[in-house]
Amino acid sequence: MLEITPLHYSLLSAALFMIGVIGVLVRRNVIIIFMSIELILNAVNINLIALSDQLQDLAGQVFVVFVIAVAAAEAAVGLGIIIAFYRNKETVNIDEIQIMRW
Amino acid sequence: MAEAIVFWTLAVLILGLGIAVISARSAVHSVLFLVVNFLLVAVLYVTLNAEFVAVIQVLVYAGGIVVLYLFVVMLVNLKKAPERYADPRRVPWTGTLLAGAVLAEVIAIGVYSTVSSDGAAATGGGLGADTPFSDCGSLVSCNTEQLGWVLYTSYLIPFELASMLLLVAMIGAIVLAKRHL
Repeated sequence: MLEITPLHYSLLSAALFMIGVIGVLVRRNVIIIFMSIELILNAVNINLIALSDQLQDLAGQVFVVFVIAVAAAEAAVGLGIIIAFYRNKETVNIDEIQIMRW
Repeated sequence: MAEAIVFWTLAVLILGLGIAVISARSAVHSVLFLVVNFLLVAVLYVTLNAEFVAVIQVLVYAGGIVVLYLFVVMLVNLKKAPERYADPRRVPWTGTLLAGAVLAEVIAIGVYSTVSSDGAAATGGGLGADTPFSDCGSLVSCNTEQLGWVLYTSYLIPFELASMLLLVAMIGAIVLAKRHL
């Protein structure tokens, strides 16, 4: 309990990952689903940083920098898609986004 | 003991805010919970001796990506014109207070990395002694210099690919959000 091991960080990461997955599966607002994906990426980053500290290897932190770059790209493109979709259908409800054509 | 207190406090707050993000009724509230969540994860990175990634987390996640989310929430969920609608519960000084908290966090990261790099230099840090920065001074963080060294030598090709990815994403976002090309 008082000794913090990498296992604790992995469990925190897993719990945050699970919260993100629940958000993706349960919510219907596309924007909140994208936020849940950011939570998932953050959970992965916590794991990488904790193991990087444990193994004294900087490769984990380098990988986190790449994950953050990919997350930024994903947010930009995803939110662009949301804007384009909202302009056409006037909704961000995932239940109404079910046809793969305009 | 201190590490345990910090970890458990951060863990409870991070998980609680994560639940708040996915359960908040209003999307704006979700985004605000997400900002605090990212800042607390940055604090967790500082405790794990990853000061550079913590700063990047604050700048890119809490500063850039979340602002993008806020813009989209405002664009998509605007019910009334902002000129005709003023929220009576609006508290103007909360923004100042939050901005001060972010400033305090950035300063704390700077102070912490300045202090801790003394100890890191004594133990050799994360890298071997073959890098030119293994005896870096106490003014800047050892972590940043070592990470830069690894990033520009062993991981140069992935680094360039990441920049290409960001360029493609930027062009894609402009094409998607633009009405007419």
